[in-house]
Amino acid sequence: MPPVSEPESDEPEELPAWSLPADAVERIAAPEGWPDRVTREWAWGSSTGAGVTVCILDSGVETGHPLVGRVDRAVAISVAEDESVLAEEDGEGDLCGHGTACAGIIRSLAPECALVSVRVLGAGYTGSGPVLLAGLRWAVEQGYDVINMSLSTTKSQFVSTLHELADRAYFDRTILVASAHNMPVKSYPWRFASVVSVGSHESADPYEVFSNPEPPVELFARGLELEVPWIGGGTLRVTGNSFATPHVAGLCALILSKHPGLQPFEVKSVLRLVSTNVEVNR
Amino acid sequence: MTDQDLRAAVAAGVLGAEESYRALLRSIVETARAIFAAKASSIFLLDEATDELVFEAVAGEGEETLVGMRLPSGTGIAGWVVSSRQPLVIEDVGRDPRFGREAAESTGFVPKGLMAVPLLLEERSLGVLEVLDRPQRSRFTLAEMDLLGLFAGQAAIALDLLQRARTARSVMEDGGEEVAVVARIAERLQTLEGPRRDAGLRLLAALEEVLRG
Repeated sequence: MPPVSEPESDEPEELPAWSLPADAVERIAAPEGWPDRVTREWAWGSSTGAGVTVCILDSGVETGHPLVGRVDRAVAISVAEDESVLAEEDGEGDLCGHGTACAGIIRSLAPECALVSVRVLGAGYTGSGPVLLAGLRWAVEQGYDVINMSLSTTKSQFVSTLHELADRAYFDRTILVASAHNMPVKSYPWRFASVVSVGSHESADPYEVFSNPEPPVELFARGLELEVPWIGGGTLRVTGNSFATPHVAGLCALILSKHPGLQPFEVKSVLRLVSTNVEVNR
Repeated sequence: MTDQDLRAAVAAGVLGAEESYRALLRSIVETARAIFAAKASSIFLLDEATDELVFEAVAGEGEETLVGMRLPSGTGIAGWVVSSRQPLVIEDVGRDPRFGREAAESTGFVPKGLMAVPLLLEERSLGVLEVLDRPQRSRFTLAEMDLLGLFAGQAAIALDLLQRARTARSVMEDGGEEVAVVARIAERLQTLEGPRRDAGLRLLAALEEVLRG
């Protein structure tokens, strides 16, 4: 028997996993197309997001921020000692700025969508696992069209419940858009196949997405040095996947507003087909 | 004396001194500072017992004075990063409400911009690595974020080793002579070679048999 030869050593260059640096864009060119071309114009041309509700599961949203506008409902989630869950109307707004930033990004893309804030984080972007789970469960039960989740947990004890909630959202036609961790660590729910997971690219076009051939991060959206609304009525220049995620949530709102019957997997397909790195769009 | 104490005692004998891990941390901040051409770089340890962030290693501005200095764990950018477990890049701290100006002033150095990254090991957040005032000439890139993440991986392992060494040492100090003797034997065995080492191991095996009854 001839000796088994080692595979040739010209290993492919490392593919982007957690972020898409500008010089890696060429390396993820995707040759396949689609019989009829799905363009940005087809996907969301003239859409405003009207008729679609986007939920922001985060630190709250500042009321009256000029770059956010109307927030249709705001609730704060808490879990009592006996494990009962409270979803109370939230008069405190945003304690840290993060949720306001996400809301502003979604509003900038989908000016007529309805926004709902579900607060699960406190000051300093901190929160407990049980509150996060309760907030996500509450949001999924409300049947919102899109849930923006620019947060994740590294705690393995919450994984199975998160997984169950992500699947439930998927089958209930709620698109859960989840932010990848900014570092190569395992966290959830963005690693689940039933969500749309988002990392950052370096381009300045808020409508531009890249489709990652090497999941678990599925899409890259604008996440580098962008000016976003922050607490106190002002703005802040920020970077990170937390801010790429609401770009995709906003695009989902635009797509669903124009094509209301689409299921989460179809919206994900549309996002892939309009990705800049797919051959027909290059 | 529990089984865990004994393990720690043996570890104290063979793990090596706290000083070598501190040197490793220092080398990490020096390398990070050089690669990013920054004014300073530092590593904070999260002391869970006192809920404080402790400067464990500093390169550049403040390296003579800051090591050992403690800040409340919720302080400023480092506090935000250690609790959120997410990195943060800020080009102009003056515009960012999360920046703790008072705390920065107490260190004697107020940066203009900084990058901070959490030191994560499995499910734990051990501390923060910061790189302060990289040159403003160029736009921040995602590749820099990835590079910072690599340094953070190294620093997290080094911090973990440092903490283990400290735990082992404190067990030794609290455990008195009965623990210390086990540690000394373990340490001694590490340094022996040849027939003496073999003889030592034979004697320990015989001792084990006697102790087992």
